[in-house]
Amino acid sequence: MTLTAVLVLAAGTYAFRLAGPLLRDRLELSDRIKLLMSTSATVLLFALVATATLTKGQGFAGLALPIGVLVGGVAAWRKAPFVVVVVLAAVTTAALRFVGLS
Amino acid sequence: MRSIWRTWDPELLRDVSAVAAGAAVSGASFGAISTGAGLAWWLPVVMSLLVFAGGSQFMAVGVITAGGSPAAAVLAGLLLNVRHLPFGLAVGDVLGKGLLQRLVGSHLLIDESTAFALAQSDPRKAKAAYWSCGIVVFISWNVAVVAGALIGQNIGDPNAFGLDAAFPAALLALLLPVLKDKTTRHAALLGAAIALAATPFLPAGVPVLFALGGLLITARQKVQA
Repeated sequence: MTLTAVLVLAAGTYAFRLAGPLLRDRLELSDRIKLLMSTSATVLLFALVATATLTKGQGFAGLALPIGVLVGGVAAWRKAPFVVVVVLAAVTTAALRFVGLS
Repeated sequence: MRSIWRTWDPELLRDVSAVAAGAAVSGASFGAISTGAGLAWWLPVVMSLLVFAGGSQFMAVGVITAGGSPAAAVLAGLLLNVRHLPFGLAVGDVLGKGLLQRLVGSHLLIDESTAFALAQSDPRKAKAAYWSCGIVVFISWNVAVVAGALIGQNIGDPNAFGLDAAFPAALLALLLPVLKDKTTRHAALLGAAIALAATPFLPAGVPVLFALGGLLITARQKVQA
């Protein structure tokens, strides 16, 4: 890793970040398009949840991780406080790994 | 800006702190892994301040450690970060109107701040949620990276504490209110299925972008209506 590589990655990432808000200013967007863009962010984030839960690299993540996320998800669905959801997910996965389940 | 601080409520700060705590553990591990891979201590620190996208940072350092070139590391990192463009299109309004707010706010555009903004129905609350999440995570992430880089290899594997489950669980909890909408839920489920099916065959970051194919469901339903 060189400083140049870091700077190129930083510049490219910032360009991706800035492009959205700036394009949104320039374009006259209908309500339907705005709704579609908001849905697309939800779709991307949910896909991120799914891949971060079920995959590691290009393979299956093992059972401890998805079970932990599932426990957190059920807690969230039953209206548990956000902090409880996050801690419950982590503790469940950690406990399963501790007893030897990958 | 002042209105943002006024709308910071204790509940929001508590939720943001939970995410920031996870980011801190992850940041410490990033700092430690980077110096462990032979980087000078300041390089992961500069990277975290300027790139501020954990997944791409781990990926870039991982490519280098595996013997890849800096160009390959940058490309892999950038692929993971393309998703920030649609994120900005979706929540760009919550940054604020001024140019400075746009420029600074864009740097705070991360998965977590996007999810926090989407979880709010009222625009004022969405703005407060976006900025507080962005600022608090930025501080905790970067302080932790410095600590991790200086302490080095003795931190251990954060996944032993189930940290890798905390991130998706937090995002999922934030998305649940939006997923109550049937069309959104169907699009998200189809998108996730596409991303999972694509994961074994495509480089990291790309499968998540393919999830946008799930939006086809919304198009079909609108035509029918």
